[in-house]
Amino acid sequence: MSEEYTPKSKFGKWFNDRLPLLSLANHLTDYPTPKNLNYWWTFGGILTFCLITQIVTGLVLAMHYIAHADMAFDSVEHIMRDVNYGWLIRYIHANGASMFFLAVYIHIFRSLFYGSYKAPREIIWIIGIIIYLLMMAAAFMGYVLPWGQMSFWGATVITNLFSAIPLVGEGIVTWLWGGYSVDNPTLTRFFTLHYLIPFLILGLVVLHIWALHVPGNNNPVGIDIKKPSKDTVPFHPYIVIKDGFALLMFMIVFAFFVFYTPNILGHADNYIEANPLVTPAHIVPEWYLLPFYAILRSVPDKLLGVVAMLSAIFILAALPWLDTSKIRSAVFRPLYRQFYWILVADVLILGYVGAMPAEGLYLLIARIATAYYFLHFLVILPILGYKEKTLPVPLSITDPILGGSPNLATARNKESLSNK
Amino acid sequence: MNKFLKINLFIYFILTATCNALAAEKVEYLKTDWSFKGLFGKFDRGSLQRGYQVYTEVCSSCHSMKYLSYRNLTEKGGPEFTEDQAKAIAASFEVTDGPNADGEMFKRPGKLSDKFVMPYENVKAAQAANGGAYPPDMSVLAKARGGGVDYIYSLLQGYEDPPMGITLDEGVYYNKFMYGNKIKMSNQLSDGLVEYADGTVSTVEQMSKDVTTFLMWAAEPHLEARHRMGFKAIVYLIILTTLVYFSMKRIWSRIETEV
Repeated sequence: MSEEYTPKSKFGKWFNDRLPLLSLANHLTDYPTPKNLNYWWTFGGILTFCLITQIVTGLVLAMHYIAHADMAFDSVEHIMRDVNYGWLIRYIHANGASMFFLAVYIHIFRSLFYGSYKAPREIIWIIGIIIYLLMMAAAFMGYVLPWGQMSFWGATVITNLFSAIPLVGEGIVTWLWGGYSVDNPTLTRFFTLHYLIPFLILGLVVLHIWALHVPGNNNPVGIDIKKPSKDTVPFHPYIVIKDGFALLMFMIVFAFFVFYTPNILGHADNYIEANPLVTPAHIVPEWYLLPFYAILRSVPDKLLGVVAMLSAIFILAALPWLDTSKIRSAVFRPLYRQFYWILVADVLILGYVGAMPAEGLYLLIARIATAYYFLHFLVILPILGYKEKTLPVPLSITDPILGGSPNLATARNKESLSNK
Repeated sequence: MNKFLKINLFIYFILTATCNALAAEKVEYLKTDWSFKGLFGKFDRGSLQRGYQVYTEVCSSCHSMKYLSYRNLTEKGGPEFTEDQAKAIAASFEVTDGPNADGEMFKRPGKLSDKFVMPYENVKAAQAANGGAYPPDMSVLAKARGGGVDYIYSLLQGYEDPPMGITLDEGVYYNKFMYGNKIKMSNQLSDGLVEYADGTVSTVEQMSKDVTTFLMWAAEPHLEARHRMGFKAIVYLIILTTLVYFSMKRIWSRIETEV
């Protein structure tokens, strides 16, 4: 933090000596940021907005919601019909979850493209993965709360996964449920945890940003920059206004979903009250969990399926060490760039087959895509680091653009950036 | 990079298209123009009132609507019956209230604040009266079925004789839009079944459309307010975004980098 900063007013100085809040504010506004950050870098701010939106709308919903198996569905309808603007708050919260995941996936894939997880940013990356895991937990439990058919059966399927653990599995499932099936005790504990997790996420977001402010932002060129220098701009006003602009664009998309197609991302069956005696024809999770659901179902053995699904997430935490390349940005890694887009397609395919019944061609595709997912991280990335012929990397952000440097990468670099 | 993105997307779309084609046993639902779709979509007031009539005279003998109250019928964005009309509608139903001072339950005419009277005491009674099938509550039905209003609209007109080779049990009917084609509800609508107060000719098609519109309103009573607010919100956001865009250009023009 900038030790040289001293507040101008006497009171400010007195206060800042006791609690350096003003120094913190000064650090945040002056924070030197690479000036070549593109719009893929605005999703950090967008995600913060999503988190705050979920917390605020969730707080209001919790005032009207009743966490009881006999009343939960009714209380949601009460919110939709009789609470002033209850429909708006609930639709923002429900679609907000999807928007949150949309943003987090873009954020994660941006990191993958520009190698933002590499040294010295491993801790930022790992905290991010923990946040992502907590988000999935929060989203899953939140989906259970309206107590519709998908809530109930989704909860049954997912909690049943723990029964795959040898010896103690069944006991753990009973313990999770608080009974012998998903029922009222399950609902109340899910509600409690659903309320808790966002605040855990908020704490981790603070750590995530703190860890980011130590080495500073990565950037599309992926080089270490001296800060502050002619390669950087102060966070305020340059990044603030750019993040603000991107956030507004995002909010237009968000608003479209909330006001015009509020139920398109949900499942119709969740407007049928939970019924333990009737199983829906296809039990599908929300779209943002589909790739992992596809991985789970592509393995014929239940325990190994669960292991595969969890590995698919935890493997990301090992990414800084699996990727052996010294070059961060895919802009200078012609081979990695191709494998990157194949991975993107692979994950989209997994998401698609995750929504389809696990049989026939779908199952075959799911298996191939699952195998490729692990192949990418466990084989391709480590080897690529040694084999790939990377392009020359410029020494600074400013030089190749301004100085007409003879560096071959310059033209390429600019071209790639404008393609994005 | 761009080339690879394109190739990948191409492969992705080919794959999804193949999968869709393989899964294509989907029935095409009957289409009609819904006044409530689109940016400015509003309910057709006349259709809502007629739909309510179809619901009360036909559906409500088996299907409950437990989340609706008679007061909802007067609310803005709904059928907008006058208060007197709605009071008369409510009073035509008998509501069980109580217990009174003597500890007895008693019957009285309905009031605006009452929920729609249920046709059966409970789910078991409903099943017992309908050959084991529970006529679903209709409050959110339009959102609780894949295909939504198009599905319901089609289903009501989808009854036909079973094709050769399909035998139906007693109390089971053939409907080409029902999942599995077997439905325990018999064909309820026939031309001229309901005598519309506004003189509209009550064809099966017309009644299906009206009652489905009514069900959509029942499921989304604030739809009109949502559309109105949505339009304002998005216009506001677009204007603000434009202003912020030019401010951003201005601020970033101080340094020689494109935003």
